[in-house]
Amino acid sequence: MRDLQSRLVVAFRRYWYLLIVAALILAWLIGKYREMPLLFWQFLVDGIRLGFVYALIALGYTMVYGIVRLINFAHGDVFMVGAYTAYYATTRYGWGFLPAMGLAIVVCTFLAVVIERMAYKPLRDAPRIAALITAVGVSFFLEYFTALDFVFTPNFISYTPLPLSVTTWRVRGVTISNIMLLIIAVTMICMLALWYVVYRTKLGKAMRAVAWDKDTARLMGINVDLVITATFAIGSALAAIGGVLYVVTYPQIRTFLGVMPGLKAFIAAVFGGIGSIPGAFIGSLVIGMVEILAQGYISSPMRDAIVFSVLIIVLLYRPTGLFGEAAKEKA
Amino acid sequence: MSQATEQRPMVLDIQGLSKNFGGRLTTQGYEGGLWAVRDFDMTVAEGELVGLIGPNGAGKTTVFNMISGLISVTGGDVNFQGQSLVGKRPHAITQSGIGRTFQNIRLFPQLTVLDNVRIALHPHAGYGVLHSVWQGSRFARCERDLTEKAQDLLAIFDLEDRQDEIGSSLPYGEQRRLEIARALAGEPDLLLLDEPAAGMNPQEVHALMDLIQFIREKFDLTIVLIEHQMRVVMGICEWITVMDFGQVIARGTADDVSSNPKVIEAYLGRQGKRG
Amino acid sequence: MDRRRLRFLGQSWLFWVAVVLIFLVAQWVLIPRLTEFRRTAWVMFPSIMAIICLGLNLIYGFNGQFSLGQWGFYAIGSYASAILTYRYAERFTYPIQGITIDVPTVLQRLVPLAQVDLFRFDAGQSLFLFGAVLLGALLAAAISAVFGYAVLLRLGSDYFGIATLGFTIIVQVLLINSDQVIPETKGARGMVGIPQMTSFFWAFFFLVLTIVVIRNVLYSSVGRAVISVREDELAAKAMGIDTIRYKTTAFVIGSFFAGIAGALYAHLYAFLSPIYFGFVKSFDPMIIIVFGGLGNMTGTLLATFLWAITLEGMRIWLPQGFEAWRFVVYPIVLLLVMLLRPQGLLGKLELGFLRPPKWPQRAKAKAEAPSADARRETPEVREAIQ
Repeated sequence: MRDLQSRLVVAFRRYWYLLIVAALILAWLIGKYREMPLLFWQFLVDGIRLGFVYALIALGYTMVYGIVRLINFAHGDVFMVGAYTAYYATTRYGWGFLPAMGLAIVVCTFLAVVIERMAYKPLRDAPRIAALITAVGVSFFLEYFTALDFVFTPNFISYTPLPLSVTTWRVRGVTISNIMLLIIAVTMICMLALWYVVYRTKLGKAMRAVAWDKDTARLMGINVDLVITATFAIGSALAAIGGVLYVVTYPQIRTFLGVMPGLKAFIAAVFGGIGSIPGAFIGSLVIGMVEILAQGYISSPMRDAIVFSVLIIVLLYRPTGLFGEAAKEKA
Repeated sequence: MSQATEQRPMVLDIQGLSKNFGGRLTTQGYEGGLWAVRDFDMTVAEGELVGLIGPNGAGKTTVFNMISGLISVTGGDVNFQGQSLVGKRPHAITQSGIGRTFQNIRLFPQLTVLDNVRIALHPHAGYGVLHSVWQGSRFARCERDLTEKAQDLLAIFDLEDRQDEIGSSLPYGEQRRLEIARALAGEPDLLLLDEPAAGMNPQEVHALMDLIQFIREKFDLTIVLIEHQMRVVMGICEWITVMDFGQVIARGTADDVSSNPKVIEAYLGRQGKRG
Repeated sequence: MDRRRLRFLGQSWLFWVAVVLIFLVAQWVLIPRLTEFRRTAWVMFPSIMAIICLGLNLIYGFNGQFSLGQWGFYAIGSYASAILTYRYAERFTYPIQGITIDVPTVLQRLVPLAQVDLFRFDAGQSLFLFGAVLLGALLAAAISAVFGYAVLLRLGSDYFGIATLGFTIIVQVLLINSDQVIPETKGARGMVGIPQMTSFFWAFFFLVLTIVVIRNVLYSSVGRAVISVREDELAAKAMGIDTIRYKTTAFVIGSFFAGIAGALYAHLYAFLSPIYFGFVKSFDPMIIIVFGGLGNMTGTLLATFLWAITLEGMRIWLPQGFEAWRFVVYPIVLLLVMLLRPQGLLGKLELGFLRPPKWPQRAKAKAEAPSADARRETPEVREAIQ
């Protein structure tokens, strides 16, 4: 207890001006709450919902970065493909909701494995920028190829009829829908499953080993290629789930659907400390919250600017994100 | 053990230098973590050639890194020519007169030999961005002077033939020489050499020893040397500081130190190298 | 004055004569043969892109700082100069008649014009454009100095890149909402009515200026300091280089040129939309410089023109109805290049006057004689060193 106390004192001495800013923001938020408490809770609820969806995407980013130090820009587009798959499965072929989600998972996993094997694997030892540009290239390809007429068409599609019947309840004046509960439930299950895989299975141990030191892991007999592919697969499966849940919540689909959520999820992963799984989750919740609050209380167009400003400011004070590890250089 | 006198003033005065990694800062000081260096003292007089030795991991390079400002200082003070270096940024420390080489050679890998040295001459270049763009007579003059200075330096180290070759393509021994040449380009008063003889065969080591003595005289340097090869240390150092586990365990001349039981234990106990 | 030594901006008089000749040839021989569309898409636009790409190459290829922020400065330069010209340009006209020369029929196979104009332009408008471009670029540079310094102080490479990405997006969002502050910009609908003042002369002029300035900076002591940060930042610090200062210097210079490019862009198409300045397009310069070779100026120039001409050319070459495939073929080509030649088209090879200047080695005898006495080195030592 005394240790915690002294740490707080030291932190206070260093960052007193930040604490003043934080106090001001808190005061403003409390003011808004007092004004219209219901709206505030509604925003909070919506923010959590968005944050959970972002978390599913952010986990993929953070896992891939942790293991191969690559920012997989195509991840947002895999998310998009998952959404489209579920859409076509339910509307054109009359599949149920869960089977459609299952199909989306299969398709996205397959897609991610193909991308990894063909585009990323050959560049594993090349300069990192080459892999990054390749990821951008894959992203562009997915966005424009699916926009061709014989694929997904470049049009905006409205997701009707929704594969789930939406029921909403008013709990103490705040609107909650079954979709939101579904999102929370599914995400929590995924997080638990992921935690189990990463910390309780051999594959997870191998993943952590490869993330730490790829070459040594190889020397220890770990099939590094398989582990890396598995990581991509798991990340994309999560993205697929996220995609389906996202379009059920915001039923507007187009091939550039994945760009902004992908970017926000990436930001969330960085914010929480890229490479850290709990960081991705917490970061996503915060970013989702900030986005909804900014959109609601300040203005919708300025929303993104505020989110990114928050990111930059946090990075300035905690350069590796909330839970990130600082890289040390030996002279 | 420094022989500081009025004719030979104190150049480097380190008192109580400490470095803690990973500990938490509390109001009572640091808790936990690893003390890589603890209460390290050393004074060096002008013109001396002194050694800093100890088993691997003793903290010697960490001391160097703290002197040159590449690592923050947890406690204590480093005083150079009357001024404290603690908290100063590395480039400012270098410009105030300290040059160094690195344990693992850190040349600029894709640049030529000549450019490696010219970069270190940049603080004395004599012009800034404006003249870089304009490239008039002042630029031409300064570039010529700078390049000639670099070429003079390379000539002393017998590297002038190599001036257009890529630094990292040189044989190992020449890379080490280039690193020393580069460190001297900044016209330092104090030179920190971190294991300059690492990886050299006996012939090269002998040449290096002569080279170090030579540059000390020619450039009027004070030199602090980290080395594992005892032949070098015993051969050229006027006096020696021995570290182990981050602390000073012995000090003295080569004879004092080599017969010091604590030193022997530190090396033998760790199965360390003997020159 | 010794004609051999007559230099301007570090380049010989011969160089400048060649530049003028190239301009005249392009202006009178090549460009009249191109349609308006091709002129814009194949000559003017790539020239402008090359300016911003050279700036980015300075920041990333030579200084090692990954930055996506140049697109934001491109936007700032565009809008700032556009607002100036939109509001004030009409007031500044000063036409100069110049000379009109009839092209003799003999030469008309080469120069497909009946007459060529020398020095026939509107001095007022030209000077105003020059000023507007400069002011737009200076604004970009000023903002980059503040942003760059504040952020560079604390963030390492990867995170700096992310912060610059955030900057570009913030700029875009601010531009989308700009009509509330500056009504002419019309926010998200896009700004129209910008005088179309970018001529081939200005594009060429600024491109040459950019190439020469960046080349000069790089082949100087400042340039070496900038490059040393990329090579080994720690060693650079230990050699007395203030790395933060030089990172900021490269960043500001690169952003200045991004601002110039933006200003020229605004007056080329006479229309600005904030959508164009978004996250997706911000990768274009990065893609181009990696494609051409990081840290390679010639590569950047080559890659910019190849990129622009191919992208636009595909509109023509692809069969009817397949134009949308342009953006499918483009990433595939990109992927192939990255897989087959990740170091870029030209790697580290520079051509022409962009090659690094060579300093002759001094004759050995000359170096030995005067200093031999001063050297205490004995012949045995020298031998031992061999």
